[in-house]
Amino acid sequence: MRLGRIGKATFNYAVIVFFVIFTAFPFYWMLIATFKNSSDLYRPANNPFIFNQPATTENLRLLFNQTNYGNFVLNTLVVGVAVVIITVVLAVPAAYSLARLAGRWGEQLGIGMFMVYLIPPTLLFIPMSRVVTILGLRDSILSQIIIYPTFTVPFCTWLLMGFMKSIPSDVEEQAMVDGYSRLGAIWRVMFPLAMPGILTIIVFAFTLTMHEFIYALAFVTASEHKVISTGVTTELIRGDVFFWQSIMAAGIIVAVPVAIVYNLFLDRFIAGFTLGAVKG
Amino acid sequence: MSAPTVAQSQPVEETRQENWKDNERVLGVAMLLPAGIYVILLVGLPFLMAVLFAFSDVTIGDPALDTLTLDTFRRVLADPNFQRALVNSFIFTIISQAIMVVLANILAAALTRNFPGKWLVRFLILLPWATPIAIGTIGWLWMFDSVYSPIDWIFRNLGLLKQIGVGGQVGILKNATNMYWLGEPGLAMFSVILVQIWRMLPMSTVIIMAGLTSISPDIRDAVQVDGVGWWREWREVTLPLLRPILLVALLFGIIFTFTDMTVVYVLTRGGPPPNATQVLASWAYIKGIQSGNLSEGAATVMFMLPVLLGVALVMLRIARRTEVR
Repeated sequence: MRLGRIGKATFNYAVIVFFVIFTAFPFYWMLIATFKNSSDLYRPANNPFIFNQPATTENLRLLFNQTNYGNFVLNTLVVGVAVVIITVVLAVPAAYSLARLAGRWGEQLGIGMFMVYLIPPTLLFIPMSRVVTILGLRDSILSQIIIYPTFTVPFCTWLLMGFMKSIPSDVEEQAMVDGYSRLGAIWRVMFPLAMPGILTIIVFAFTLTMHEFIYALAFVTASEHKVISTGVTTELIRGDVFFWQSIMAAGIIVAVPVAIVYNLFLDRFIAGFTLGAVKG
Repeated sequence: MSAPTVAQSQPVEETRQENWKDNERVLGVAMLLPAGIYVILLVGLPFLMAVLFAFSDVTIGDPALDTLTLDTFRRVLADPNFQRALVNSFIFTIISQAIMVVLANILAAALTRNFPGKWLVRFLILLPWATPIAIGTIGWLWMFDSVYSPIDWIFRNLGLLKQIGVGGQVGILKNATNMYWLGEPGLAMFSVILVQIWRMLPMSTVIIMAGLTSISPDIRDAVQVDGVGWWREWREVTLPLLRPILLVALLFGIIFTFTDMTVVYVLTRGGPPPNATQVLASWAYIKGIQSGNLSEGAATVMFMLPVLLGVALVMLRIARRTEVR
């Protein structure tokens, strides 16, 4: 099976087009639906991919004026940023310790950390709900800020540990020979080298936080304290009535900026996964 | 390698080194401790509570941990709903992840080439990853709607389904105006698997892209000069070099899929009745939370653990073997 150069390029495009349609098709529809009249939307014979009637901004107005959507977005950002900070503060030193200082135990503990990540939220949900009540954090985004690192810290520690192992320990040893203390060497030499890895765990921690659904649903019932994933799916569905267009608007408003940011960082994110293999 | 040789002769240096070693041990513990304490308190303790729940008879109405019993496990095991959920969990995970590995490999290979418009393409492919799962899945709920499904609209216009209000015409796929994606057991499972693939594809692709970029272009060029076909090139050059990271992608995929219920819960609630798409996680949620039977919910999830543990051990072993080589 040998294709010519042009044949290969065409084949490549065909593959790309297929996948773009698969991943982006729902979003194209979401974008159209955001501006659709209900009378246009709810006619099965109408072409769902164009405006059969004039577009409207009514759905956006409903989303911003009659729901707490602004709050949901803000809460999601606050929870996301706080969880990322806690995760970095806990995971970076732990990963370094496991990669360099803990010796024979490091590997066992590292595997242990990874095993902790395998305990699914579905399992911990019931007792966690109790813990939140005991701490008096029900109906507060603090509950999410405190509990979410339970799934980000183990995973990010494990990932970063592998990343740091791929950096030759000579670099810090050299720095220490040059007169830095161990901490100084970590700060001046290891930290900058580990930056792609740290960026990777930031992206992962934020993604996991934003996607989380079960804990958010269980811990917070007050509308103004909800995050996007629970707010939109509970406040915009009343009984059997779905505010379809506003739900789609809520999704697309989040998806587009986040996808742009991911795309900007993608190359460094990929470097975070591969640095070891490339440089090692 | 270089540091210890310097010190041998001078006693001053030696004490400094001992100090430094002591510090290192202290430092190692001190750096690990915050994360360790946090994990023990907020994962370890709740996990123990969950295990205790599974061996007890606690419910929302009677939350006292007063009896330890194996009856809960016996009841759970004998429940046909549970058995169905267990089988479905495997079907859901194995099929979606098998397809995922193939698709993510093809997509990652296509995306590592340079072509005009690459930035936009990457953006469009990252979109499912950038949307909270619950909201993305609700988008699909409309795609699969029993009346308004845009997919059905396309099918109707391709002649695969009957047009609305047109007599005498027969759909090729089905003699109806709609597929009822979530209304029939087989189709519902297909739909749930499709959405799971959709939501996980960007992440798996990115991880595999990471693996591909680590393969030196020199190797590729050398192979291409030799005039080897793409299948042999992939099987004999790419795959062996890619294996460790491929396993990482697969490991995440299996874990995320086997333990998650968001897609199933939002799309079908485990239906169509009784349990066509029910998986362990959604069944545990329905039992443990909605029906308030904490102990049976906890016992149901316990059945995930051996599988997760087995998968993780196998993967870690293979990963380590490739590391050594």
